[in-house]
Amino acid sequence: MKMPLPDRATIDRRDAIAADLARILPGDAVIHEARERRVYESDGLTAYRTMPLLVALPRTTEEVAAVLRYCHGERIKVVPRGAGTSLSGGALPLEDGLLLGMARFNRILDIDLANRCATVQPGVTNLSISDAVRPLGFHYAPDPSSQIACTIGGNVAENSGGVHCLKYGLTVNNVLGVEFVTIDGRILRFGGKHYDAGGYDLLGLINGSEGLLGVVTEVTVRLTPTPETARALLLGFPTSEQAGACVGAIIAAGIIPGGMEMMDRPAIHAAEDFVHAGYPLDVEALLIVELDGTAAEVTELIGRIEAIARANGVAHCRISADEAERLSFWAGRKAAFPAVGRISPDYYCMDGTIPRAALPRVLAAMRTMSEKYGLRVANVFHAGDGNLHPLILYDANAEGELERAENFGADILRLCVEVGGVLTGEHGVGVEKRDLMGTMFDEIDLNQQQRVKCAFDSEGLLNPGKMFPILHRCAELGRLHVHRGKLPFPDLPRF
Amino acid sequence: MTDVEPGNEPQIVEFLRWALSEEAPVELIGNGSKRRLGSPVQAAHTLSTRAMTGITLYEPEELVLRALPGTTIAEIETALAAQNQMLAFEPPDWGPLFGMPAKTGTLGGAIGCNLTGPRRVRFGAARDHILGFRAVNGRGESFKSGGRVMKNVTGYDLPKLMAGSMGTLAAMTEITLKVLPRAEKMRTVLLYGLDAEAANAALVRALQMPFEVTGAAFLPANIASASGVDLVRGAGASVTAIRLEGAPESTSDRCTRLRALMREATNALDEELHGTRSAAFWTEIADVAPLLPDPAATILRLSVPPASGARALLRTKALCGCKGYLDWGGGAVWLAGLNGAALATAAQAAIAETGGVVQPIRNAAPGMMLAGLVAPDELARAIKAAFDPKFILNPGRMG
Repeated sequence: MKMPLPDRATIDRRDAIAADLARILPGDAVIHEARERRVYESDGLTAYRTMPLLVALPRTTEEVAAVLRYCHGERIKVVPRGAGTSLSGGALPLEDGLLLGMARFNRILDIDLANRCATVQPGVTNLSISDAVRPLGFHYAPDPSSQIACTIGGNVAENSGGVHCLKYGLTVNNVLGVEFVTIDGRILRFGGKHYDAGGYDLLGLINGSEGLLGVVTEVTVRLTPTPETARALLLGFPTSEQAGACVGAIIAAGIIPGGMEMMDRPAIHAAEDFVHAGYPLDVEALLIVELDGTAAEVTELIGRIEAIARANGVAHCRISADEAERLSFWAGRKAAFPAVGRISPDYYCMDGTIPRAALPRVLAAMRTMSEKYGLRVANVFHAGDGNLHPLILYDANAEGELERAENFGADILRLCVEVGGVLTGEHGVGVEKRDLMGTMFDEIDLNQQQRVKCAFDSEGLLNPGKMFPILHRCAELGRLHVHRGKLPFPDLPRF
Repeated sequence: MTDVEPGNEPQIVEFLRWALSEEAPVELIGNGSKRRLGSPVQAAHTLSTRAMTGITLYEPEELVLRALPGTTIAEIETALAAQNQMLAFEPPDWGPLFGMPAKTGTLGGAIGCNLTGPRRVRFGAARDHILGFRAVNGRGESFKSGGRVMKNVTGYDLPKLMAGSMGTLAAMTEITLKVLPRAEKMRTVLLYGLDAEAANAALVRALQMPFEVTGAAFLPANIASASGVDLVRGAGASVTAIRLEGAPESTSDRCTRLRALMREATNALDEELHGTRSAAFWTEIADVAPLLPDPAATILRLSVPPASGARALLRTKALCGCKGYLDWGGGAVWLAGLNGAALATAAQAAIAETGGVVQPIRNAAPGMMLAGLVAPDELARAIKAAFDPKFILNPGRMG
């Protein structure tokens, strides 16, 4: 993975820059010591490590604006970071860049139940929003698996998902407004407690922009009334084709379950060995289908889904009788990643999305790749929305295995694109999938995206080296090649 | 003056490259049904995507539909209905609002204007349902963004940016949407005679319940009396309406419980609309039918925090001669007044108190700008320039 060549002159100015920042920020907000900076050298994608130039931990929007204005003036790169749980290296530091940690923005500012929203600082964790409003009968719907640690600011940057997306949407569908600071220190607001605002949907654009457009300093999220009840079905199928067909049939029958998760045989076995959830071991695919809503709603739909599963050849069918049983169905799925971690020294978590009908083809191809690379793979799958998480098992201490795992992963993602899917469903491009962007987008597509980046950050100072495989200068991207004098379109229909 | 209706993307590329070389502004339209939405465009040339029609991909089990931009929403909804599916953002038909024929609005227009009906409270706006697109930008380059799958964070979410951009960034040539199952049953609970504040409180309460409300509106008596639905028209009082949808038993159950809750909370007389009447009622709300009778009226929509809808409505009415109603649980305040300038001034005074924004929908006095309502800032101009450096696409449409 090649990162932009660090600017030696900036690195040489480290002490002077630290002194400047210490004048802008309170004393404890600038981290200079190498020993303390080391904490920040990596995020959730631990294969990559870089020591940041310096770390700043501001507490207020004005401090963020002042730091960014300073960095803009001094042409210093900035990498924003929430809790550092990114699985794509979105918060990977730069040797010549300031790491802007938002962890101190950790307050819930306002809970407004009449408008069903909460306004929070970006360093508040995803789960703590739901914890704060649960006693009031509400929750914040997007629930990425890192929700105990990941921050809402990071969720906005990555447009995070979770297991309830098909019914309740992603982060972008659940964020009403943000306060946002541009690289030149302007403090802007997009959205608010109201619905559509007119004008360009900059709020939508900010979600999933991976810290390349600006720094979010406040977030207003939609709160969702908590469903009265939830029940789940645990469905085992002899083949992944049947499980996939069952998912399709449920949706075709007009049912959008709260959650619909699939695991393949290796994932089932790893999870069962780990948590003893009572999963059947003689099936190729396991589905957990969860229905939520009023008791009448859940009862009505669960019977229909059972019938659909039977029509699709289900070999093993259990319906949760009580909350304990429902949670036991989920226990294995929720422990799937650590369960795989138990059977292998390391694993590499991938994140493609595919049209669901392509699942059997993709799984079969993955088995072939698994043999080719000599590495095992286990799959968990957000079946409702087609988001696939292959876990590639490897040993980082074994010569060449990390590289093989990465090549295996890249092959999987290329396959996802080939069958009509995308490189990443919820983890982001970051540094991890940056160099694969060309498999999905051509040069014009990528240049258009970079021109949007230029509208926010013409110097390319925010999080460079992420998302885009080739960095162009904005002046170069803005150049127009106009062919004059060409007589227009003799064949074009007129009206 | 050149008006063209290309049949394919390469022809659009060819035309826009020519327009770019001439630096000639182009008005971009579909069937033109919402041409009067927003500020007028000064352009010698018109590019219509109306000839680019047809559904090119529809996989009901994958909840995905792709169509060319000139395809009418009516055609798409017919195809979806055959599979018991729908566009969950409930795109309204605003043709008649602008004196144009009904059912002529195109997919490109619906997305370009981010058209969203009463289901906004449950399913989001048009922008929440666009998965991907192809387009030609103001540089005359064709490009794509997004995809066809439900969950995708690969690159910037340009589909969001296209939704509501009113043809000022690029000419979309293909649009991919997320579609959803159509509910088997629809019920609407009506509460009669509540004043605006009490109605707004009732809507807030209903939306706080885990009942998955898919519509929440309030019609003052003078608006309700214009409805085509007998149980609304004949009320002789204001009507507060709350929609529930879903599987049959579930919907009946939630309806019974909601009525009980509302009786307790408001003491209002109530009634229930079943399928056909419900559908007719919410179509009226979506299409702004209650404000149609007066073609000379200027129409604005205030987007405010939902719990402040009644306050914004009452405040505006107190400041000018106008009428209006609430949708989106109070979050949308629809207003009509004969004196457009006075209405705009009053509306701005109202949102100064409640927060939110004023969106001009129909400007009854052609040429009169509702000044100050839309102010594209430096960043918006930079984004426009990122797609359309010579400002040839619908210049001025967004103010």
